[in-house]
Amino acid sequence: MSPKTLYDKIWDAHVAHEDADGTCLLYIDRHLVHEVTSPQAFEGLRMAGRQVRAPEKTIAVPDHNVPTTIGRENPDQMPEDSRIQVAALDKNAKDFGIHYYPVSDVRQGIVHIVGPEQGWTLPGMTVVCGDSHTATHGAFGSLAHGIGTSEVEHVLATQTLIQKKSKNMKVEITGKLRPGVTAKDITLSVIGKTGTAGGTGYVIEYCGEAIRDLSMEGRMTVCNMAIEGGARAGLIAPDEKTFEYVKGRPHAPKGAAWEAALTYWKTLFSDDDAHWDKVITIKGEDIAPVVTWGTSPEDVLPITDVVPAPESFSGGKVGAAQRALEYMGLTAGQRLQDIEIDTVFIGSCTNGRIEDLRAAADVVKGKKVKDGLRAMVVPGSGLVRAQAEEEGLADIFKEAGFEWRMAGCSMCLAMNPDQLAPGERCAATSNRNFEGRQGRGGRTHLMSPAMAAAAALTGKLTDVRELM
Amino acid sequence: MEKFDKLSGIAAPMPLVNIDTDMIIPKQFLKTIKRSGLGVNLFDEMRYDDNGDEIADFVLNKPAYRDAQILVAGDNFGCGSSREHAPWALLDFGIRCVISTSFADIFYNNCFKNGILPIVLPQEAVDVLMKDAEKGANARIEVDLENQSVTSSDGEVFNFEIDSFKKHCLLNGLDDIGLTMKKAASIDAFEAKAQAERPWA
Ligand code: SF4
Repeated sequence: MSPKTLYDKIWDAHVAHEDADGTCLLYIDRHLVHEVTSPQAFEGLRMAGRQVRAPEKTIAVPDHNVPTTIGRENPDQMPEDSRIQVAALDKNAKDFGIHYYPVSDVRQGIVHIVGPEQGWTLPGMTVVCGDSHTATHGAFGSLAHGIGTSEVEHVLATQTLIQKKSKNMKVEITGKLRPGVTAKDITLSVIGKTGTAGGTGYVIEYCGEAIRDLSMEGRMTVCNMAIEGGARAGLIAPDEKTFEYVKGRPHAPKGAAWEAALTYWKTLFSDDDAHWDKVITIKGEDIAPVVTWGTSPEDVLPITDVVPAPESFSGGKVGAAQRALEYMGLTAGQRLQDIEIDTVFIGSCTNGRIEDLRAAADVVKGKKVKDGLRAMVVPGSGLVRAQAEEEGLADIFKEAGFEWRMAGCSMCLAMNPDQLAPGERCAATSNRNFEGRQGRGGRTHLMSPAMAAAAALTGKLTDVRELM
Repeated sequence: MEKFDKLSGIAAPMPLVNIDTDMIIPKQFLKTIKRSGLGVNLFDEMRYDDNGDEIADFVLNKPAYRDAQILVAGDNFGCGSSREHAPWALLDFGIRCVISTSFADIFYNNCFKNGILPIVLPQEAVDVLMKDAEKGANARIEVDLENQSVTSSDGEVFNFEIDSFKKHCLLNGLDDIGLTMKKAASIDAFEAKAQAERPWA
């Protein structure tokens, strides 16, 4: 047999039909659904008189639009249009018989945090969701990617997707990370190097010692942002850490099924002489704590750097950088560490897991949020929130002056009332710094949870290493 | 889905790179449970000021481009979120074709599900068409899917590549789900085999 990459192996194991021109029907093992990108898909099914083909493989949870304030189960707390969308998901889940975690359920949370937490995401699977950050699940060695609403409807009706195979790209992070450097810095640095279109047409496999050393949480952070690099998906070969994380989760296999699964999962790695269409190697020790300065995730620099001059770029990027500086209210040459912020947001599917909250709590413990600054922690799921309370992290945050919220997407995309005002500047652990992403005119700097926590204390973008 | 074969229309120039789906349709308009009616909010934050009044400078607000059916844009158009509201909004406004040097993967796929043709051309060709688009209503660009060509107002012809299956579906306005359901036997067979080999999934 010819050598294969991990992506090749998962792909080959899921082709249900192949046309002469290479167009395939890819079988989907897990379909995750949320309230914003699904209503039109269910409406389409109803109009065509179709059923959900595999309701037992379909999981729904409202997350994008839900308030994250205490007492939110009360429908009066939701704006009318959000309430309609959440009610539509309630109804669709019930009518079509799919697994559902309503707002009132402690297991509710951001769909990409709930899937792994509940053991729905397993190595070697194909996982899709009407959300681009589905790439997160690739951390388990599954092929996971975002789809549009028409495709959501297609998967609901047929449990397959029409796909052509992508190319293989290897991103290797060698050696060890330096102190203060996290998974978020890895993934942002990769995008800084490849650009937001660098991965277009590829599925990325992240590998190398620095990736192996990451926890499952960290690996999810890395894969989460594969889409920001343009890739269809990002994945990491499963290992003992993966198996350890999955074991015992509510929907993970048990007993003999577990043993059989494990035997299979251990075959999921890229063969030594597999073919790569593109390879990128970064030394772990070369990665610094980074922040973004512009309005694209590729606008990333070490915190010790200065705001770049638009003329230092080429092509269309010159204009884009000019526009970004104007939007962000920054001047070329300004020290990143001198940039003052108004808001800190810790949360999202990139960095809303327990380990992220631990890292942030570590920095703020016994200290106070800078006067006048708004700082919030939004756990990625109800279970993350409960665990953080049990570990005393919630108290650390509250004593420092952070708001302690309920689970959801919140200010990552600001569909609910958690928004930036025009001109407000935010240190955020989420994944997109697009214009208006966190509220019209809002300015977003992306960074790791530890860096965001440090910024909350000083009121400026801050090198967390100075507080360590 | 509406068929796409030929189109002759006004093209609006948007020379910006990395136009993301948040720009195309900001999230406050994702709360709808319908596909239609999003055209008025296309590029909302670039198109209207804080009072909701039109920003005269924005290309689609200029008289010459109000009826544009084509967009000519910079690199990496449609990056970011998977929201299909982006093509829905474009379509609702009347855009049937977007021309760029590259598109983000999910957006590109979403276009085809909605009868919009995304065309990838080399930089030099996009530069020519961008200049053409700047002439507004004085220049019409012609798109011919069957022959995979774009013709500038000066008659310069650029050929583009497109996946044969996607082309077939768009030309005939075919519904993917109906097509796939004809292959139900393959899916059934695959499911039975997968169930035996990987019962935990
Ligand atoms: S947290 Fe942000 S990126 Fe993640 S699913 Fe929610 S909105 Fe999307």
